[in-house]
Amino acid sequence: MLVIRGLTRAGLEPFDFDLADGECVSVRGPSGGGKTTLLRAIADLDPSTGDLSLDGAARESMPAPQWRRAVCYLAAESGWWEDGVGAHFPDPDAACALLPEFGLAGEALEWPVSRLSTGERQRLALARLILIAPRVLLLDEPTSGLDPETTELVEKLLRDRLENGVSILMVTHDRDQERRLATRSLHVENGRVSEESP
Amino acid sequence: MNFIILSPVDIAIAATLLILNAALSIFLRLRLEKQMLVAAARMVVQLLLMGLVLKTLFNLDSALFTSLTALFMMLFAGREVMARQKRRLKGWWSYGLGTSSMVFSCTLVTVFALTTQVRPDPWYEARIALPLLGMILGNTMTGVALGIDRLLTGAAAERSAIEARLALGHPRAEAFGNVIREAMRTGMIPTVNSMSAIGLVSIPGMMTGQILAGVAPMEAVKYQLLIMFLIAGGTGFGVLAAVLVGAGRLTDQRHRLRLDRLRASSD
Repeated sequence: MLVIRGLTRAGLEPFDFDLADGECVSVRGPSGGGKTTLLRAIADLDPSTGDLSLDGAARESMPAPQWRRAVCYLAAESGWWEDGVGAHFPDPDAACALLPEFGLAGEALEWPVSRLSTGERQRLALARLILIAPRVLLLDEPTSGLDPETTELVEKLLRDRLENGVSILMVTHDRDQERRLATRSLHVENGRVSEESP
Repeated sequence: MNFIILSPVDIAIAATLLILNAALSIFLRLRLEKQMLVAAARMVVQLLLMGLVLKTLFNLDSALFTSLTALFMMLFAGREVMARQKRRLKGWWSYGLGTSSMVFSCTLVTVFALTTQVRPDPWYEARIALPLLGMILGNTMTGVALGIDRLLTGAAAERSAIEARLALGHPRAEAFGNVIREAMRTGMIPTVNSMSAIGLVSIPGMMTGQILAGVAPMEAVKYQLLIMFLIAGGTGFGVLAAVLVGAGRLTDQRHRLRLDRLRASSD
């Protein structure tokens, strides 16, 4: 369970929140309201103050990379640091086994990143993250560039993760998706976070 | 040693070439004549002043004044490094990063050369120490300026790639690795290039000077080799220090990318 007490930074008012294992909570609100800021602060990608813990272990008690592998953030715009897709997957066998679940063939690993479509980038970035087996997924619009069929594939995969006890905090503008996946919902506006019924 | 002493008239004759160029600039409407003459005037004044300073320093033979002059040269080089950056760090870092890297590497390499290879008596003799430092500093400055510039623009341009790695739990040294290596390569390349072109395309200035002053070519070659190795070492250490410390400044203990420590882009 992810426990957040008094999380705050510039552009974000102090915020308390519990995310149970296997729970999916959606995050919505106007653009520029602080949704991305909130997710980045939880992942410790921007300096923030407050007490965060995962299964009882405080965020500051572990090195930041270890925290981020457990509480993993997926940016809306994916980043790539090598020319080939394969270089971003340390375990190619595991990647080949997972990619079909995203509607991608294993040979995608041999493609150059420059040739990927937006949707392919988005799915590969999510696959890259799923493969390090985080406990909490912080997803920033994970299906915004996908067609309905691939969105369905991704949602099925996310439901699978939820059943395995992974928790998800997800920014989405799609109300139907919210109803399909989330049990609770957060509203973020002007840096103020409030809970809403979905 | 027998060398030909130039009279002011000789220099004035050479300067007529510049006047000719300025006339051409007016004729072709390049509008460069004013800049050209100002630059030339600056060169004359600066070099004459330097001649005076060196003459005084050589006569003084004082370790204090020699090291003060050396420090002054390095502080000026630091300003030049800062001026050559498109993106800058906030606060004192924009000046301090390049300057401290150069002070570190140039002092190290110059003292190393003076105490173990050239060995003048005393080892800090201004006639040897300052020209040596000047040559090492000039090249290190170019390397450090290029390295820092590449680091800062690279960090900003590669932001999403670096943050993607950090978000996946890669430590900062790994996430920044590509940008750091690219910045170091950029800083070192001019030195590597000049080593491979030297002797084929160009006769280096110092060697030319020694030959004109009557030194036997092989002796001048030995000096030039020594200098080139010192320059390569000084540039290497300087670029290394500047890029690593700069990369440290752009990240923090919690392995975050801190682009907030960069000033907003001026262009």
